[in-house]
Amino acid sequence: MAEYILESNGEKWEIICGLEIHCQIISKSKIFSGASTEFGVDANENVSFVDVAMPGMLPVLNMECVKQAVKTGLGLNAKINKFSQFSRKNYFYADLPQGYQITQEKHPLIGEGHVSIDLSDGTTKEIGIERIHIEQDTGKSIHDIDPKKSFIDYNRAGVGLMELVTKPDFRSPDEAGAFLRKLRSIVRYLGTCDGNMDEGSMRCDASVSIRKVGETGFRPRCEIKNVNSVKFAMQAIEAEAKRQLEIYEKGESFEQESRQFDPTTCTTKYMRKKEYAHEYRQFPEPDLPPLVLTDEFIEEIKSQLVELPDEKKRRYISQMGLTAYDAMVICENKEVAEFFEEASDGHDAKKVANWLMGDFFAMLNKKGVDINNSPVSAKNLGKLVELISKDIISGKIAKDVFEIMSETGGDPEVIVEEKGLKQVTDTSAIEAIVDEIIANNPDNVASYKAGKNNLLGWFVGQVMKQSQGKANPGVVNKLLRDKLDN
Amino acid sequence: MTELTNLTIHETLRKLRAREVSPIEVTEAYIKKIEENNSKYNAYVTTSFDKALDGAKESEKRYINGTNKSLDGIAIGVKDLFCTKDIRTTACSHIIDNFVPKYESNVTQNLLNDGALFLGKLNLDEFAMGGSNETSCFGPVVNPWSKDVKLVAGGSSGGSAAAVSANLCAGSTGTDTGGSIRQPAAFCGVTGIKPTYGRCSRYGVIAFASSLDQAGPICKDVTDCALMLNSMAGYDNRDATSSNVSVPDFTSFIGQDIRGLKVGIPDEYRIEGMNEEIAQYWNKATKMLEERGAEIVRISLPHTKYALPSYYVIAPAEASSNLARYDGIRYGNRVDGNNMEELYINTRTQGFGKEVKRRILIGTYVLSAGFYDAYYLKAQKVRRLIKNDFDEAFKKCDVILTPTTPVEAFAIGDKTMSENPINMYLNDVYTVSVNLAGLPAMSLPIGLSKNGLPLGMQLIGKAFDEATIFKTAYQLERDVNFKRI
Amino acid sequence: MAVDNEIVKNIAYLSRIKVEQDKLEETKTEFNKILAWVEELNEVNVDNIQPLISVHEDPIVLREDVVTVENSSNDVLANAPQKEFGYFAVPKVVE
Repeated sequence: MAEYILESNGEKWEIICGLEIHCQIISKSKIFSGASTEFGVDANENVSFVDVAMPGMLPVLNMECVKQAVKTGLGLNAKINKFSQFSRKNYFYADLPQGYQITQEKHPLIGEGHVSIDLSDGTTKEIGIERIHIEQDTGKSIHDIDPKKSFIDYNRAGVGLMELVTKPDFRSPDEAGAFLRKLRSIVRYLGTCDGNMDEGSMRCDASVSIRKVGETGFRPRCEIKNVNSVKFAMQAIEAEAKRQLEIYEKGESFEQESRQFDPTTCTTKYMRKKEYAHEYRQFPEPDLPPLVLTDEFIEEIKSQLVELPDEKKRRYISQMGLTAYDAMVICENKEVAEFFEEASDGHDAKKVANWLMGDFFAMLNKKGVDINNSPVSAKNLGKLVELISKDIISGKIAKDVFEIMSETGGDPEVIVEEKGLKQVTDTSAIEAIVDEIIANNPDNVASYKAGKNNLLGWFVGQVMKQSQGKANPGVVNKLLRDKLDN
Repeated sequence: MTELTNLTIHETLRKLRAREVSPIEVTEAYIKKIEENNSKYNAYVTTSFDKALDGAKESEKRYINGTNKSLDGIAIGVKDLFCTKDIRTTACSHIIDNFVPKYESNVTQNLLNDGALFLGKLNLDEFAMGGSNETSCFGPVVNPWSKDVKLVAGGSSGGSAAAVSANLCAGSTGTDTGGSIRQPAAFCGVTGIKPTYGRCSRYGVIAFASSLDQAGPICKDVTDCALMLNSMAGYDNRDATSSNVSVPDFTSFIGQDIRGLKVGIPDEYRIEGMNEEIAQYWNKATKMLEERGAEIVRISLPHTKYALPSYYVIAPAEASSNLARYDGIRYGNRVDGNNMEELYINTRTQGFGKEVKRRILIGTYVLSAGFYDAYYLKAQKVRRLIKNDFDEAFKKCDVILTPTTPVEAFAIGDKTMSENPINMYLNDVYTVSVNLAGLPAMSLPIGLSKNGLPLGMQLIGKAFDEATIFKTAYQLERDVNFKRI
Repeated sequence: MAVDNEIVKNIAYLSRIKVEQDKLEETKTEFNKILAWVEELNEVNVDNIQPLISVHEDPIVLREDVVTVENSSNDVLANAPQKEFGYFAVPKVVE
C-alpha cells in the first residue's frame, strides 16, 4: 500500500490510529436479564427490574452472549481466555441505571488476535486486536421532545456488547476503513452482530495521533467518539490528523481529549476532556463469580464455526479459479457469497463470477434492490451460465435472456425454449446457409481468396443474420474457413 | 394461660396443628400487641395487618383441609431491607422512603410459600449501615430490655431483634453484613443465625456490601431459627452467588448430642481489657459444652485484629457502588436541580443520612486510582488471610465458640459512639471475620449482665455446616435456660 | 496517606454528594482518622496472597438465552418520580 503521508514545511508526518468498536451482540435476551433485545417497541417495553437497577436486583449472565463473543474471538484469530472476570465501571449518567457499567477490565474474555485487511491496491495488511470484552449497553435519552426535559428509554439498557480494541496499527484512513468493512463482514458471517453502523449496532471510536516519520514514541492522541459509518470514520481520522498537524505547525500543543466528528463540515470538534481512569473506580463485580470456560465449551463453538471470508477467498481463488479481486468482492458480503455458491453449484464458477460481477450487479444497481430481493435467482443464473457452457445459446443471446429474466424472474431454460432462441448446431442446416451466402457473393469470395482475410467476419455476420443469431458461431466459423480456404 | 405472642414458633405450630388456636387468633394477638407497644420500641416502620389477616384466613382454610405448610399461620416481621411486593420497602432511608416494589425477594417469597404471614416491615440502620439502629431515618429502635435509660437494640437489624424480644412477632428476618443479625440478637436477648454466604438468595434484598450480605432469621430460640432457615434457604438462579448445595432439615439436628465434638476457643478473641462479665460467661459456656461431652481446643486466628480494618475498606467500597443507583431518576425521592448534575447531588445529599454518606465517601476514596492498591486490594488480600485462618482452625475443631459482642447494649445517643465512628465500628470486633470468611454463625443468649442486660455467645461453623451450629447451640440453650421477656 | 480538603471535595463530587464548605474541615479530620485506623493493614505481609473478592469462588452458572420478563413497563415506571409518555423524565441532559 502506498504510504499515507502528510507533508508540512518539508517534513513528513504519519498517522497512528487505533479503533475501539462496540458491537451489539445478537441474542434473544439481554446480557444480564431476561428482557428481550428486540427493538422498535414502545419506550421501556423491553425492560426488566434488573435493567433499571431496582433495589435488590442482581445480574445473571446470559450464556449466548458468552458464546457469541467466543465465536467472534475465534473468527478474529484471538486467544480465548478461559478465566475472565467482570468488573464495575462507576460513573453517573442518566442512561446508566446502576450508576456503574458491568464490564470486564483486568480479565477480558478474549485476548490478542489479528485480522488481515484487503487494501485497494490488492495487498493485505495484518491488524492486531488487543482484546475483546463483554459488557452491558446503556439506555437512550431523547432530547427533542421537550425543550426543558430529556426522556429516558431503557430498552437498550443491558443489551450485550462486545468491545473490541485494536492495536494502534492503522497508518491511513483507508486502512481503518478496510478494517471496519472486514470486521463487519466477519461478524455478519458469524451472526454475532448485525454490523449496522448507521443503526448503532456497531459503534466506532477512533484514537488518532500523528508523528514525524522516523519518530519512535507516541504523541498525544485524541479520541473521536461514536462515528457512525465507515466513510465518516475515514473522514474523521483524516480531519483529525490534519487538525493536529496544523497545531504542530503553529508550534503549539494540545491535550488528550474526546472529540466529535461533524460530517457536514468534515471537522472534529471538542467534546470533553479525556476521562481519567481513576474516576471510574473499577473493581471486581461482587455479584458475578468469575467466568471459567472449559475446553469442551470452546471446542463446541469452534466446531460450529462457519467458513469466514478469508478462507472462502482462498478457496475461490485456488479451487474455483476466481481472480483475487473477484473473490474479495464476492466474499465481503455473506449473502453475495452464498448467492455465488448456490449459482455456481455444478456450473462453471469463473463464468458465474463474471456474470455476477458484471451484468448481475449492474442489474441490481439499476433496480436499486439488494441481492436478497434479486429477481434473478441464484439457481437461474447458474442455469443461464450452463446454457452458454453447453453451447445452447450464445453469449450474445444470453444477454437478451438475462434481460428477460431480470424483468420476469423467469427460468432461462423456459425462456430459451419458448422464444426459440436455441443455437443451431446442426451442421447441415448451417452448411446450407453458408453455401447460399458463398454462392450469392462471388465478388467477396474472390477478394477473400486474394488475401482480404478480414472479410471472414463479414461472412460470419451474414450467416448469423440469416440464421437470426441462432447459428453456433463456432460452427459457422469452421464451415466458412473450410469452404473458403480450400 | 400464656399469651399467644409469648410462644415460640414451634409451640405455636403445635397449637395450630392441634387446632387449639386458629391462625386468625394468633395474628390478631400480634396485631394487638403491636398496636399497644410499637410506639414504645419503634420496631415496625410499616405494618401490613390487612395482608396478614387475609393470609391468616387462607391459612385457616389450609389447616381445616389439612394442606397446611411448614410455617402456616406464623406471623413474622420482615426487616425493611427485603423487597416485599406492594408493601413499602425503604431500607430506612429517606432516599427511597416512598418506594413500593413490584416484586418479592426470594427469601420472603419462600416464607410466604410456606404459609408465613407478614405483620409489617422492621426498622434498621439506614441501608443496614450501623450498629445501633440509630442511623434509621425513622429514628432508633428502643431495646425492650431498657430500664430507666433508653438503650439501643443494636444494629443493623435492630427492629428485627427488638420485635422478637418484645413479642411483636413470632420471628423475623434479618440480614448480616458485619454482625447485623448477631449483635442486635445479643443485645435483645434473642437468637439469630447468619448462614453461610450463598445459603440464602440475595435476590430482592437491598444490597449494602454484596460479597458480605447474607439473610438469616432472628427468633425466640434455636429451634425456631432452624424452622425459619429451612424455609429461607435454598438455591436461586436469580442470584449468581447463591450456592447450589442441598439444604438439610435443620430441625433434625436439634437434640443431637455433642459428645466428642471439638469446640475451638480462639486465643485472639480474648482481647486486652476485655469486659470481665463477658469473659466469665465465655468460660461458663465453654464449661457447659465440655460437660455435655465436647472437647475444648485452643485455636488461633492470627489475623483477627485486621478483620475490622479490612471490613471497613471492603464494605464501604462495595456500598459506594451499590448505592450509586439511588439517583432520583427511576424511583425514590428526587430533589430537583437545574440540570442532571444538580439533581444527582441534591437528591443524594438530602436523601442519604450522615453515616451512609460517610461510608460512600470512604468507599469512593478507597477505590480511586492511586489508593486502590493501598486500601481495597490490600484489604481483599488480608481477607484471604482471614479466611485461611479459619480454614486452618477448622482442621482442629468442628465449631468455634466466642462472645458475640464486647459490650452490652448502650444508651441511645451514647457520645463515645456518636462522636467517634470507630468506637461504633469496634462493636463488630467478634462478628466481622465471619462475614469476610463467608461462614455461618449464630448468636444466642448466655445470661444477663449485672445491669440486667442480655449478653450473647457466638457459635461459628464451617461453610455450609449450619448443622453443627444448631446441634451445639441447642445443647447450650438447654443449659443456659435464658428467661425471655 | 493524609487526605486534604481538595481530595475530600473531589471524592464528594465523584460520589455526587455535597460536603458543605463549613463541614469540609470536620469531614477531612474524620476521614483521616478512619484511614489511619484502616492503615493498620499495612502491618500485614500480603506478598503472594491472592485477593479474596468473594467467598463464592465457584465458576459462574450461565443462564439460557430465553426471554423471561414477567413485568410490564407500568411496573418499571410505577415508582418513577417523573414520567411522561412512557419515559422517565429528567431535566434536560446537555451533551
